[in-house]
Amino acid sequence: MSFLKASDLPAIPTYRVIDSDGEMVDRTRTAPDVTDEEVLTWYKNMLSVSVMDVVMFEAQRQGRLSFYMVSAGEEGITVGSAAALTPDDVVFAQYREAGVFQQRGFTLKNFMSQLFANDNDAGKGRNMPVHYGQNYPRMHTISSPLATQIPQAAGAAYALKMQDLQNPTRDPRIVACYFGEGAASEGDFHAALNIAATRSCPVVFICRNNGYAISTPTLEQYRGDGIASRGVGYGIDTIRVDGNDVFAVNEAMKEARRLALTDGGRPVLIEAMSYRVSHHSTSDDSFAYRARVEVEDWKRRDNPIIRLRKWLENQGLWNEDKEKETRDQMRKAVLKEFGEAEREKKPPLREAFKDVYEEITEEQREQMNELKRILETYPDEYDLRPYKDGAKGLD
Amino acid sequence: MVPLRTPLRSWTHIPRRFYSGAPTPAAKLNLPIDYKTTPILHHTSSSLANTQDFPAGATSKRLNFFQAINSALKTALSKSEKVLLFGEDVAFGGVFRCSMDLQTEFGSDRVFNTPLTEQGIAGFAIGCAVEGMKPVAEIQFADYVFPAFDQIVNEAAKFRYREGGTGINAGGLVIRMPCGAVGHGALYHSQSPESLFAHIPGVRVVMPRSPAQAKGLLLASIFEHNDPVVFMEPKILYRAAVEHVPNEYYTIPLSKAEVIKPGKDLTVISYGQPLYMCSAAISAIEQAMPGVNVELIDLRTIYPWDRQTVIESVKKTGRAVVVHESMVNYGVGAEVAATLQENAFLRLEAPVKRVAGWSTHTGLSYEQFILPDVARIFDGIKQTLEY
Repeated sequence: MSFLKASDLPAIPTYRVIDSDGEMVDRTRTAPDVTDEEVLTWYKNMLSVSVMDVVMFEAQRQGRLSFYMVSAGEEGITVGSAAALTPDDVVFAQYREAGVFQQRGFTLKNFMSQLFANDNDAGKGRNMPVHYGQNYPRMHTISSPLATQIPQAAGAAYALKMQDLQNPTRDPRIVACYFGEGAASEGDFHAALNIAATRSCPVVFICRNNGYAISTPTLEQYRGDGIASRGVGYGIDTIRVDGNDVFAVNEAMKEARRLALTDGGRPVLIEAMSYRVSHHSTSDDSFAYRARVEVEDWKRRDNPIIRLRKWLENQGLWNEDKEKETRDQMRKAVLKEFGEAEREKKPPLREAFKDVYEEITEEQREQMNELKRILETYPDEYDLRPYKDGAKGLD
Repeated sequence: MVPLRTPLRSWTHIPRRFYSGAPTPAAKLNLPIDYKTTPILHHTSSSLANTQDFPAGATSKRLNFFQAINSALKTALSKSEKVLLFGEDVAFGGVFRCSMDLQTEFGSDRVFNTPLTEQGIAGFAIGCAVEGMKPVAEIQFADYVFPAFDQIVNEAAKFRYREGGTGINAGGLVIRMPCGAVGHGALYHSQSPESLFAHIPGVRVVMPRSPAQAKGLLLASIFEHNDPVVFMEPKILYRAAVEHVPNEYYTIPLSKAEVIKPGKDLTVISYGQPLYMCSAAISAIEQAMPGVNVELIDLRTIYPWDRQTVIESVKKTGRAVVVHESMVNYGVGAEVAATLQENAFLRLEAPVKRVAGWSTHTGLSYEQFILPDVARIFDGIKQTLEY
């Protein structure tokens, strides 16, 4: 009799393409199969998210928006993976995937309208900041509860699979589902992988393992070989990649997408290793549970943006002047959209009640009339100026 | 599940501005609650001494709500080795600082982080309780308790009933969770799901209104009852509400309401943070309508609730307004109104009025208009008095 000992098993290797100096890890292999133009687009998208993060984090500190979450250190995972998707693929994300939105055409105006919950926000001013959403290319609106999106992604992938079988002329699609290593402790994660495997769903699960779930380090989150080892347990093709290496992420995602559509479909798991350089959110002060020096070390040691910049400079595609000019332009563009979004009115008050049901219920209609009566009876008690149409917005 | 598990500062600090509109400078009712002067809190140790719930001659200290929870947890961990404290991010003090320094003092065997899984936390806590420990489990936000719903509804609540003659039960189990709106929590950092749990016989549902109440009710939940308790903490009060709290061990009975302001013309029934707004609305109405005197009752325990105190009050006043933050539909107000209608029908001078959240979700930009405020409570009292 012998028990299989987890600690005796070899660690799952980490796939890498370039090292922290921006050099090919394996000099014998061919260069990444991607055009210079494409890589520059990735770099600019990563930079744009990073520039936006700095401005918005500070804006939150000034009280100009209620909340913000940066994705510092994870831009390579989001941009690199989203670049391997087609516009018809569907995304379910968690809340640190601004890079996926950026790469898939979400504009600065879209970002700012959501962050300021104004009348141009697709979410109708209802959601907390960073809960972006877009119909096409489809990225479902972010839901704060962790891991709920993972089984939904499996179901959505099954829907795509059925539809693509019923209509073989269209290009088959996949679902890409993002979450963190903390969320992978929720029951929903396990349910999702198991059901996706049993129904052979064309879904790629992308775990951003950034080392922390708010204050909880991975050592208290799980034992065993990361999140990747679980994929194998559910019978799912799995790879671990270096999340600071945008080429590794992109190549893994391209191959995962191909696998997901092979033989009628199957789920794939990617565990992308990174480090959450930032605080969890503007509500968090991470120096209460980790040393400042740990964060500074990481920032210096490695970071997906700096690594790609080194690669681009090695290729002669980038330099300090371009960097400075691009950052300046981006900052100006962010501030311009910021100002416009901040000035825009909030949606009309009826949006508080709409979309709970397909139609406003008789009870809600009565409540809206009652609220309007209150607003008109006590006009000094409410400032309706920020809202489109004021009290009439309830009609 | 945890969300944006985004606690700390922005959830508990009074926002520098409203993100869902604000009262105009001319506002007289919808002013920010002045926690420094509200009669709901014990601003001096002598006001504490005059209250029957607190130990006679106790020394006290001014604490905010999270410090009072921390004090209760520390008292509980010192009092009994059976007490365990765990949940997400509990080790470093918790995202709302309720467990600060407790791991250092009591060790990581008794105070520890769990992986991020609410169903796991609740089930683990039930297992601890049925084998003789007193687990205090923290769910980071009430909005994230739903994965644990199965464990609470089907397991904790039914344990004693199912076991029958074995006598085994989940008593000693307390599941704490921050609840309620703060002004910018939107869909998933604002909810107050007390009525969902109050529908389930077998769990006690408690929501304290202040630091001193919180300590006494939490210690009673841990030590005085052999029933599982869902303990809901209005997170907006964590830093805002400060009052004198007795230093020593004391308990406040569960399932016992408190008349916090006597009156003769109308009874306002509420619990948790809206009590502060009720108090402000009552002051305004008593000023606007001289001679009128309104009684204010804090349910404290939502279920099983103190029906007699409420029925007796309304038999006396003949008029009742029930106020709560969560949605009016199938809410606590419906239960209270129906009970009053059954037990005080012939004494009622007006229909029982409910002032509560509207039947929708807590949209970020609309929070101020969805949840009850002082103006709406004032209007509800006025309408009921003039009926």
